[in-house]
Amino acid sequence: MVRLCGIAVLLLSVALSQTARADPSAARQADLVYQLRQDCGACHGMTLKGGLGPPLLPTALADKPNNALVETILDGRPGTPMPPWAFEITPDEAAWLVRRLKEGLP
Amino acid sequence: MNRWRRIGRHGATAALVLAVAACQAPLRGTGDLGLIVERAAGRVEVIETSGRSALGEVGGLGDLSHASTVFSRDGRYAYVFGRDGGLNKIDLLRQKLVGRVVQAGNSIGGAISQDGRLVAVSNYEPGGVRVFDAETLAPVADIPATYGSDGARSKVVGLVDAPGQRFVFSLYDAGEIWIADLSDPAAPQVTKFRDIGRQPYDGLITPDGRYYMAGLFGEDGIALLDLWHPEKGVRRILDGYGRGEEPLPVYKMPHLEGWASAGNLLVLPEVGHHELLLVERETWREVGRIAVHGQPVFAIARPDGRQVWVNFAHPLNDVVQVIDLPSQKIIETLHPGKAVLHMEFTPRGEQVWISLRDEDRVEVYDPDTRKRIAALPVDKPSGIFLTARANRIGL
Repeated sequence: MVRLCGIAVLLLSVALSQTARADPSAARQADLVYQLRQDCGACHGMTLKGGLGPPLLPTALADKPNNALVETILDGRPGTPMPPWAFEITPDEAAWLVRRLKEGLP
Repeated sequence: MNRWRRIGRHGATAALVLAVAACQAPLRGTGDLGLIVERAAGRVEVIETSGRSALGEVGGLGDLSHASTVFSRDGRYAYVFGRDGGLNKIDLLRQKLVGRVVQAGNSIGGAISQDGRLVAVSNYEPGGVRVFDAETLAPVADIPATYGSDGARSKVVGLVDAPGQRFVFSLYDAGEIWIADLSDPAAPQVTKFRDIGRQPYDGLITPDGRYYMAGLFGEDGIALLDLWHPEKGVRRILDGYGRGEEPLPVYKMPHLEGWASAGNLLVLPEVGHHELLLVERETWREVGRIAVHGQPVFAIARPDGRQVWVNFAHPLNDVVQVIDLPSQKIIETLHPGKAVLHMEFTPRGEQVWISLRDEDRVEVYDPDTRKRIAALPVDKPSGIFLTARANRIGL
C-alpha cells in the first residue's frame, strides 16, 4: 500500500511537471499578456507596479512559491478584491503566467 | 492722385493683416472641448463635440492606465492624473503639455478646489493626498494618510472637491473618511472619521456638494457623510443590500464618480451583484433594484435624469444597457464592441461618447434613438472627459 502510494505520488509529480511544461500557444500567450496588462492591470497597474492590488513585479513575487501564486490566480483570494480566474484561465496558463511574471515581462 | 496711392497702401496693409490672421487658428471657446485618454500610449486625444472630431493629440504623459482628469475653471486647461504619480497640465487650445510633475509613485485620481487654485492628487504610494498650485504645479500641502499606532499609511481613494475649499477622501486600508479644509493652503485642517466600514474603494459627492458617500468593498453598505453637518458623523446606509447572498467575483471595481443622480434618486452599482440599486435621497432607503447584464462599472445618468447608461466588468464588458428611469426598465441593450470602458454625456445630453478599448475606437450615440452618429479611431481609449466638468462640484 505504501509502495502503491509512492508510485501514485511519483506518477502525479511526473504528470504535474509535464503539465507545467506545456506552454500555451504563441497566440494564447499574446492574449494572456494583453489580458495581464489590461484587465489584471485595472487593479495591479498596467506596468504591474501595483494599484489597489499589490505589485506583480519580479522583486515583489520572488519569495512567493509558484503554486501559491497559481492558486491565487485560479481561485482568487477570499476577503480581498482578487477574484478567481479559473473560468477563463487554465492551470497551465496560470503556471506560465507566474513564470513570466517572476522573470519580468519585457 | 496721392490720395489714391494712400488708399492703395492702406488696402495692402489691411490685406496683410488679414493674411497674418488667417495663418493663426481662429479664436474659439473651450465649452465643447474634451479629451480622451489613450491609456497604453501615454497620450490624450483632444476632441470637440460640435463637429465630433479630434483636434490633436498630446503625448509624453506617462502611465495613463486608470487616468482621470479635472479642468481649470476657465475650461482651458486639463489636469491629467496618471497611475505613475504624474500630474500633467494640458492646454486644450494649443494641444500642448504645459506642465508635468511626478509627485508620487502610484496615484489614482485628483480633484480641483472650489476656487480653482488648488489641484489635489490622491496617492496609493506613498498613501496620502498632495496639493499643488493649479497655475504653476508647485507643491502647496502634503497630507499623509497615516493611521493606527504604527505609522502605517493607507491608500487613498474617492477624492472629491467640496464647497468651502475642502477636499474629501477615503482611506482604503484604514476604513476612514477625511475632510481636509484648505481655506489656508499652508495649514490644512483635517477632520477624520474612523471606523466607517471595511475597504472603502471609491467615493462620490452629490452634485449639490452636500453628501459624500463611500462604497465599501469589504461589506454590503455605504458610508454617508453630510457635509453640511459633519459634526453628526458618518452614518451607514443600505446595510446588507446583498441580503446575505454570496457576492459574485468582481473583475473590475465599480466607479462611483459616475453614480447617477437623477432627481431625488441615486442609481448605484452594487458591488458583487449584477444589479443597480435605486436609493431615495434624504431617506436613504432602497426604493428598487434593476437586474442588469453583469457587474456594473459605471451607471451614468443622462443630464435630464430620464435615462441611465450602464457598462460592465470583464468578461461581460462588450455591452451597454440603457435604463428608462421612470419605468425602471431596460430599454436597450447595445453591443458596441469589446471592452467598453467609459461613457460621457455632452452637457445637454444630445450625445453620449463611449470608449471601446479593445476596438481602438470611440463611438458617439444619440441617446434618444440609440443610433451611432460618429466613430473616431483612438488608441486603447479609456476615460472620456468633457470641459463641462469644469463647472460641476465633485468633477
